[in-house]
Amino acid sequence: MSEPVLALEGLTVTFGSARGTARVVDGVDWAVHPGQTLAVVGESGSGKSMTVLSATGLAPRGAKVTGTVRLLGEELTAMSDADRRRARGRHIGFVYQDPMTSLNPVMTVGRQVSEACEEHLGMSKQEGRKRAVELLGLVGIPSPEERVDNYPHQFSGGMRQRVVIAMALANEPEVLIADEATTALDVTTQAQILELVAGLQERLGTAVVWITHDLGVVAGIADRVVVMYGGRIIEQGKVDDLFADPAHPYTQALLAARPQPGVRADRLLTIAGTPPLPTELPPGCAFWPRCPVRGDARCEHEEPPLVEVAPGHEVRSFYRADPAVTEERSA
Amino acid sequence: MTTTGSTESTATDVVARVTDLRVHFPVGRGSVVHAVDGVSLDVRRGETLGLVGESGSGKSTTGLALLRLVHVTSGTVEVAGQDVTTWSRRQVKPLRRRVAMVFQDPSASLDPRLTIGASIAEPLAVHGLRGSKAERRERVGELLDLVGLRPDMADRHPHEMSGGQRQRVGIARALAGEPDLLVLDEPIASLDLSVQAQIMNLLRRLQEELGLTYLFISHDLAAVEHMSDRVAVMYLGRIVETGTPEQIYRNPAHPYTAALLSAVPTADPARERERRRITLHGDIPSPVDPPSGCRFRTRCPAARPDCAEKDPDLYQVEEGHRAACLYKVEAVREMRAGADRATG
Ligand SMILES: Nc1ncnc2c1ncn2[C@@H]1O[C@H](COP(=O)(O)OP(=O)(O)OP(=O)(O)O)[C@@H](O)[C@H]1O
Ligand SMILES: Nc1ncnc2c1ncn2[C@@H]1O[C@H](COP(=O)(O)OP(=O)(O)OP(=O)(O)O)[C@@H](O)[C@H]1O
Ligand code: SF4
Ligand SMILES: [Mg+2]
Ligand SMILES: [Mg+2]
Repeated sequence: MSEPVLALEGLTVTFGSARGTARVVDGVDWAVHPGQTLAVVGESGSGKSMTVLSATGLAPRGAKVTGTVRLLGEELTAMSDADRRRARGRHIGFVYQDPMTSLNPVMTVGRQVSEACEEHLGMSKQEGRKRAVELLGLVGIPSPEERVDNYPHQFSGGMRQRVVIAMALANEPEVLIADEATTALDVTTQAQILELVAGLQERLGTAVVWITHDLGVVAGIADRVVVMYGGRIIEQGKVDDLFADPAHPYTQALLAARPQPGVRADRLLTIAGTPPLPTELPPGCAFWPRCPVRGDARCEHEEPPLVEVAPGHEVRSFYRADPAVTEERSA
Repeated sequence: MTTTGSTESTATDVVARVTDLRVHFPVGRGSVVHAVDGVSLDVRRGETLGLVGESGSGKSTTGLALLRLVHVTSGTVEVAGQDVTTWSRRQVKPLRRRVAMVFQDPSASLDPRLTIGASIAEPLAVHGLRGSKAERRERVGELLDLVGLRPDMADRHPHEMSGGQRQRVGIARALAGEPDLLVLDEPIASLDLSVQAQIMNLLRRLQEELGLTYLFISHDLAAVEHMSDRVAVMYLGRIVETGTPEQIYRNPAHPYTAALLSAVPTADPARERERRRITLHGDIPSPVDPPSGCRFRTRCPAARPDCAEKDPDLYQVEEGHRAACLYKVEAVREMRAGADRATG
C-alpha cells in the first residue's frame, strides 16, 4: 500500500484541571492514505475534534499533546511552530466544526478564498481572485463570477458550507479534514456535499478524514472507520467488516440503537446512561458502566488493549459483542 | 386554493385540526415570510403524526400555531372540536393545558435559575392543578418517576444534568398539565445517538400508558418512520404528501418525498454503494417569494412547463395516501428512471 498521507501514533491530549487530569484523547493511532476516506465516529465528547486539532498543531491553550504525527512522512510533532504552520497551510485542508467561525462576516467570500490561495500558493491578488471563482464553481456555487463578491450572510447554510469547503481546497491539499461538515445541513444538501467531495477525491486523489456521528454517512463514504469512546479508539476496521460484524459491544449497541428503515420495532435497543466525562473515566474499560456484555471483574479494573480480531479489524474489549444481536438487526 | 390533508376522520377522534392555515411573518420593507401557507391537517386521538421536511419548511410554525403561540394569518385552528383561532389570551390559557410542547433544546426551555422541581411545578401552579405546595411536590415526584428520573433529582439545577436527562425534564414539564396532545419539536435532535433511542422508547411508553397524542416534528426521517402512525411531508409552507409510514417510505408519490428519502444515508455500506440517489439541485427557495405554481418546481427533476402555472392540490394516491403533484405517480417514476440512467 502507498505511504499514508497523515499518520497518528499514540496521540494523547490531556488537560490539567482542579478535578485532576482529563485525558481527552488517549493513545490514538490511525492513518489515512491517498484517495482514501477514513471516517471517525463517536458520540459528543469522545475526542474526535480534539484528535485532529491536536494532531495538526491546533490544540487549544492548556492542552498537553504527546505522540507522533507524520504528514507526508515528515514528523509534524518535531517541527517548530512556524514550520508546522507552513506544512499545515500547504498540505492540509480543514473544515472546522462550526462553519461560522471559519468565515469572516465582513469580508466577501471571494476575498476569503483568494487570501488562502495567496497565502499558501503564493498567488497574486488577481490570480487569487480567478482561482476563487474557479473554486466556487467547483464546489457547485451557481454563477460564481457574481457570487464571489457576496458576503457570507448572503448565502444559505448549505452554500456557506460549500464556501468553507472551497477555502479548505484552496491550497490543493493532500488531505482534507472535515469535522461534522454536513451535520447542520438538510439531508438533500448533505447528499450534494458528499457527492461533491467524492467527486473531488476521485479527480484529485485527496485523502479525506471525515468526522461525524452519523453512521449512515460513514456507511456511504468511508473506506476505513475509527470508532471513539471516552477519548480512545475502541474499534477500527474496513467499513464493510465494521458494519457487518461489529466486534465491540459499544459499536454494536450504537448500530442497534438506530431505527431500521422498514422495520417498526416496538422498542429500540438502548444503551443505559450517558457517555463518560473525561474527568470521570472509569479505571478499566471506559464503556464498562454502560456495557450490556460486561464479562468479568477485569472489565471494571483493567483497561483492555486494542487487539486484532481479523486482518485490519481491531477491538478494545475483553469480550466480543453478541453476534445474535447483530444478526437480529440485519434480519 | 387549499391543500387538504384531512377529510377521512370524524370530528370525535380528532384532537386538533388546522384548516387552510396560513402564518405569515412581516419582515420589514413590505416583505412577508410565508412560513405556513395553506396547511390542513388532523391529529387523531392516540396517534403519532410525524411532520418532516427541510429546514425552514414551516414545521415548527405549524406546531406553534396549535398552541396559538404564533399569530394566525388566516385559516382555522381547532382543538377538541372548538375553534380556538380567535380566542383571547385569557381564553387560550387553558388551551395550553390540553396541548403542550416539548422543544429541541432542553436547556433553552428550562430556567437555569430554577430547580427542575420548580420548573415542573410551574405549570401545575399556572393551571391551578394542585392546590398546596406539598401536593405539587408529590406530583413533581410522580412526574419525574414517569419519565424515568429519580424523584430526588427535583432539587437539581438544569446544568447538573445531562442533555438526555434535561429532555426528560422537558417532557415531565409538558405532562404536568395532563395534556391530550404533545407537540414534540425535534425532541431528540440535540441528544447523543445512544440517548436518542432512550427518549424515543420513553415517548412510546408514555403514549401507551397515558393515551397521549403526538405531533412529532423532526428532520430525522428514520426516527419519524419509527415513531409515527401517519406522516406529513412539508415543503416551503405546504404539505406535499401524507400517508402511513409504509405508504410514504415504500411508495412515495411526490418527487420531493422521493428525493428526500433517496438522500437519507442508511447504516449499510453495501446498500449505500448500490444506491440510486435522486440529487436535488440548489437550495430550498426563499419563503418570502415562493415559486409560482408548484413550489417544488425549481428543484424538481420531473418538472414540466405546466408546473409553473398550476398549483397542485393533494390528490388521493390510495386510501389514506395523498400527494400534491400535477403529474401524479408518473413524475416519481420518471425521476427514478432518470436516476437509474445517471448511475447505471
Ligand atoms: N479547552 C478544553 N479544556 C478542557 N477540556 C476540553 C477543552 N476542549 C475540549 N475539552 C474536552 O475534551 C473532550 C473531547 O472533546 P472533543 O471536542 O474532541 O469531542 P468531540 O468528539 O469532537 O465531540 P462533538 O461530537 O460534540 O464535537 C470533551 O470532553 C471536551 O469537554
Ligand atoms: N418569528 C419569525 N419571524 C420571521 N420569520 C420567521 C419567524 N419564525 C419563522 N420564520 C421563518 O419561517 C419559515 C419557517 O420556519 P419554521 O421554523 O417553521 O421552519 P422549520 O420547518 O421548523 O425549520 P427547522 O427544521 O429549521 O426548525 C422559515 O423561513 C423561518 O425563517
Ligand atoms: S412534477 Fe411538477 S408538480 Fe410534480 S413535484 Fe415536480 S414540479 Fe411539482
Ligand atoms: Mg467535535
Ligand atoms: Mg423547527
